[in-house]
Amino acid sequence: MAASEEASRPFAGLSDVSISEDIPVEGDISVPVGPSRRDDEFSTLDEPVKDTIMRDLRAVGNKFIHVLYPKRSSALLRDWDLWGPLLLCVTLALLLQGGAADHEDQGGPQFAEVFVIVWFGSIIITLNSKLLGGTISFFQSLCVLGYCIMPLTVAMVVCRIVLLVSSGVIIFAVRLVVVMASFGWSTFASTAFLADSQPPNRKALVVYPVFLFYFVIAWMVLTYSP
Amino acid sequence: MASKNDPFQFQEFDEAGDLLEANRDATTISIDDEDVKPQKQSTATGFSSEADTEDPLANDDQAELLSGQKKSPSFWSFEYYQRFFDIETHHVKERIIGSMMPWPRKNFINVYLRRNPDLYGPFWICTTLVFATAISGNISNFLAHKGNRDYKYTPEFRKVTIAATIIFSYAWLVPLAVWGFLLWRNNKMVNLVSYAFMEIVCVYGYSLSIYIPAVVLWILPFNWLSWCTIVVALCLSGSVLVLTFWPAVRDDHPRVMIAFLSVIVLLNILLAVGCKTYFFTIPGNKTVTPTNSTT
Repeated sequence: MAASEEASRPFAGLSDVSISEDIPVEGDISVPVGPSRRDDEFSTLDEPVKDTIMRDLRAVGNKFIHVLYPKRSSALLRDWDLWGPLLLCVTLALLLQGGAADHEDQGGPQFAEVFVIVWFGSIIITLNSKLLGGTISFFQSLCVLGYCIMPLTVAMVVCRIVLLVSSGVIIFAVRLVVVMASFGWSTFASTAFLADSQPPNRKALVVYPVFLFYFVIAWMVLTYSP
Repeated sequence: MASKNDPFQFQEFDEAGDLLEANRDATTISIDDEDVKPQKQSTATGFSSEADTEDPLANDDQAELLSGQKKSPSFWSFEYYQRFFDIETHHVKERIIGSMMPWPRKNFINVYLRRNPDLYGPFWICTTLVFATAISGNISNFLAHKGNRDYKYTPEFRKVTIAATIIFSYAWLVPLAVWGFLLWRNNKMVNLVSYAFMEIVCVYGYSLSIYIPAVVLWILPFNWLSWCTIVVALCLSGSVLVLTFWPAVRDDHPRVMIAFLSVIVLLNILLAVGCKTYFFTIPGNKTVTPTNSTT
């Protein structure tokens, strides 16, 4: 039927419209790409090695400063890197060696144990935070937790220097104060970065494992005995 | 159905099926098609099971949604574990307090868990207990040997791994055994009360929370205080466990019931006393002060 044919071809009336051949239709479909300009911006193959290393070192140093003065800035979160945490973990593990060396079994933590505690602890805390519905990404959280070990590493350096002098009760009190201050600083710095990514009714659930993590590391720093 | 000559005039269209009666193979989509909803839900839950995609009727999905049952995501997906962390701070607080104060008619699982077991509590309570035990044991050893000139302080880091092994196996293997036992008894006789594995893990995890302050109190070198706290902690956590599992075996054979409950209590006692004797030096057993040796 003509009516149903018409209905199934609603634009049938346009079939006799055609483009006049007088109008020139031409153009270029290809998108102009500036290859040389792009390579200059993103390729780092041609720069001297010193520049590459200095860029990373500057980024790491920048983050150290952000940990020292923890404001709610997103610099630590945006460009995460794991160089700083690795450096801090290796330094801490090395400094924790050489204590109570006469008892193999009952001594301090071995190098691998410090590594395991720091990295697996960070991974478990990150998983915990993500399972509770956090919006922070996996590596960002690892980056923050790793960088915030810095005050405790500084405390470890101070403790070792102080222990070179003597190892009496007063020295222990000094170490205790230094370690407690750096533990508080670490916890405060990392919660300043991490707490914002959680819903408010679960903040304490996320902060407590961080507290436990730095407490264990602080305990390892405090009980180091030469 | 009106058809006008002007194709740009708005027309009322009937259902898509009627329009294409001539062509049955054409696919049609109508706007209030409710297949969109289960599609969205199955992508939200990640790897959904096969039953989702083959469910053609939207009404079944809506009924399931309304009844509160969610489609269970796969065991290997992240979302599977996310539903065990669906709790808030005050829930955890209530559960910890509830595990420390057993009440005769209140079953921990029914009152506090309410079909929402969580893995947060058991895991972090166990971890805290591991480190609390190791650290407190270290401090109490140091205090017990304080006057002794021959004693050299060591951090005893090995004990952390030993404590972790003991406590985590208690918190995970014993619930597995209990769950298996209850499953076996449920096969033999009909029981109204049955607990899921996660709920049993949850009860055991939260029942360990009383030991954290107990372990800290064991640092103080008073023998009577240590044994007092052991007895109190054992009573509280043991009774929470017994009150929880009592409804599950109440209808069973009396001997089986008594054996089961006493095994639960016995394992609890074993854990507490074992931790106390292994990690903590009992003060008074060692000659700590020089004056003792001279007399």
